Amino acid sequence: MVEIWDNYGLPMVWMILKIIAIVFPIMLSVAYLTLAERKVIGAMHLRKGPNVVGPFGLFQPLADGLKLFLKETIIPSGANRGVFILAPCVTFVLALIAWAVIPFDKGMVLSNINVGILYLFAISSLGVYGILMAGWASNSRYAFLGAMRSAAQMISYEVSMGLIIITVLLCVGSLNLSDIVMAQREMWFIVPLFPMGVIFFVSTLAETNRHPFDLPEAEAELVAGYNVEYSAMTFALFFLGEYANMILMSAMTSVLFLGGWLPPFNAIPFTWIPGPVWFALKIAFCLFIFIWVRATFPRYRYDQLMRLGWKIFLPLSLAAVAIVSGILVAFNLTPNHG
Amino acid sequence: MIEALAFYIFSSIAVAAAFMVISARNPVHSVLFLILTFFNVAGMFVILGAEFLAMILVVVYVGAVAVLFMFVVMMLDINFVELRQGFLNYLPIGSLIGLVMLIELATLFGSWVVTPVIANRGLMPTPSPDITTNTHALGNIVYTHYVYLFQAAGMILLVAMIGAIVLTHRNRPGVKKQDIGRQLNRNPANSVEIRKVEIGKGI
Amino acid sequence: MGFIEKNTRAILLIELAAGMALTLKYFFRRKVTVNYPYEKGPLSPRFRGEHALRRYPNGEERCIACKLCEAICPAQAIVIEAQPRDDGSRRTTRYDIDMTKCIYCGYCEEACPVDAIVEGPNFEFATETREELMYDKDKLLANGDQWETEIAERLRLNSPFR
Repeated sequence: MVEIWDNYGLPMVWMILKIIAIVFPIMLSVAYLTLAERKVIGAMHLRKGPNVVGPFGLFQPLADGLKLFLKETIIPSGANRGVFILAPCVTFVLALIAWAVIPFDKGMVLSNINVGILYLFAISSLGVYGILMAGWASNSRYAFLGAMRSAAQMISYEVSMGLIIITVLLCVGSLNLSDIVMAQREMWFIVPLFPMGVIFFVSTLAETNRHPFDLPEAEAELVAGYNVEYSAMTFALFFLGEYANMILMSAMTSVLFLGGWLPPFNAIPFTWIPGPVWFALKIAFCLFIFIWVRATFPRYRYDQLMRLGWKIFLPLSLAAVAIVSGILVAFNLTPNHG
Repeated sequence: MIEALAFYIFSSIAVAAAFMVISARNPVHSVLFLILTFFNVAGMFVILGAEFLAMILVVVYVGAVAVLFMFVVMMLDINFVELRQGFLNYLPIGSLIGLVMLIELATLFGSWVVTPVIANRGLMPTPSPDITTNTHALGNIVYTHYVYLFQAAGMILLVAMIGAIVLTHRNRPGVKKQDIGRQLNRNPANSVEIRKVEIGKGI
Repeated sequence: MGFIEKNTRAILLIELAAGMALTLKYFFRRKVTVNYPYEKGPLSPRFRGEHALRRYPNGEERCIACKLCEAICPAQAIVIEAQPRDDGSRRTTRYDIDMTKCIYCGYCEEACPVDAIVEGPNFEFATETREELMYDKDKLLANGDQWETEIAERLRLNSPFR
């Protein structure tokens, strides 16, 4: 009995504690991301944003959460019950499980698997299911149209995202996220691969259905897209999932291009600050750009969105794969690994 | 023990989900069960130590192919009750074909002879995951030993892709399309003309 | 703008960057939010808010039941019934305004020969039930008593233009 506890029980408890240590801060940051978004966009509109609940409106997310929690969950009579309820759960869970491979510092990662970046890519490509299921199960035209748009959009931008990830991998020679970060000790990849970084960031905007690519939930034409029929807790799960996805995509951008937990310069005042803080700062910076872009640009039209994805980003990233690998081979810069 | 447990969980769910794929009444549910099957198979790949294959399975099949299935199935507006009506009529011939397939498979696997070279290769020790990763091992074999076959497969896919585009792409005349390059290249000099119109004259 | 310059601008996303710089500039500007229930924006003396029936300084109600307001009301929100009072003067026995019908056009105010019915500065008269918005004479007179100083000031400011 003791043996079983030592071999399986204790690691299990330890693992669960680690998971809680990751999930809890994420949930908290999701809550405060919503507040930050309202505050930042407010500031850019010359407004103050929410400032009534608590000091500077700091308790606003809690109040919102409580409200959604206490409301009644309405399931439309024409909906496909099982799928309808499953959809937000899928979105939410997928947004969380991807964090298992994100390295917060050297060795500070839940599961340091060899194919970390592929895992991340796989999980982010699954995000489309939650939306597709929601759109179909709602049995509503708006929701269905939103889901269709979203699915087509996410698949399109995944292609160029995948190719850009390949260019990064060419410079690293490993699919492990910690290796990717360590390969940026000399120079963050945003410097040599700057155009790729920009394309990747724009693709993440499309992948998370954010402005200016938020066609799936375009209020003006589709009411709210795939989440028209959702209310209370089911809606909250969608909302949390979407914002957790935003944070995840920012984390991915920081790991791939901004050097993860590494300080900008390997010099004394910068190295005093621990890695996770740098990582958090980089994520916060990316999230600020997410919100900043939302406050700045108008929404794309759907055919323009598709044109951008297939006719501009895909050829560019394809060319980048060829060019980067060509340069690496020509100047003998290929990372010699294994 | 954990591995065995995980294997049984994955495999039993995979089999059950695969059964549900063909028995579910709603085609969308069928596709969802298909995705569940893919997932569990990916889990089994991970147990086998083939994490690269597992992830590729999820990315390609679940992330792209099954989404397209789902797309099509969701958009179809077929009365599935009507489709099922001939079920019993076709049952004999269907089961006959199934039986033939089963016999073929059985004879194939029954008479499978493994060449000694391959059999010996199976006896060779698998390199430890610490030394070489899955991805490297796969790359080493695909880009050296099987490079021509790999390139040929790539060419076939490329031809299929171009073929699909050629078959569906039609240049219809008289369709008004937005040409963003042209729009952006317009300037006031060549698009707007300001004229002084004399009163009572018109242009 | 030459071909090269135009394409360079497009490739370097100059326009997008300029747009983002603009929003960032506004991000640091002073905010113009009016913290509504605690701070309020200025109101014009001609603002047309909640109705009120005014009185003369000696406490006599101004309304003489001429029914001009009732006649002019485009939404037909006003209902008046009148009878001679015991002292022989003509007064309303009933003066109702259905605030759910009223469109706040201000015609009643303009029609009134004795400045009895006015639209005051108050716009915060939301109620929990619909019935509370069916104003009767008592409610309107009470409004008049409550807002008299404000209304008188507004009328004084507006008098040069009438």
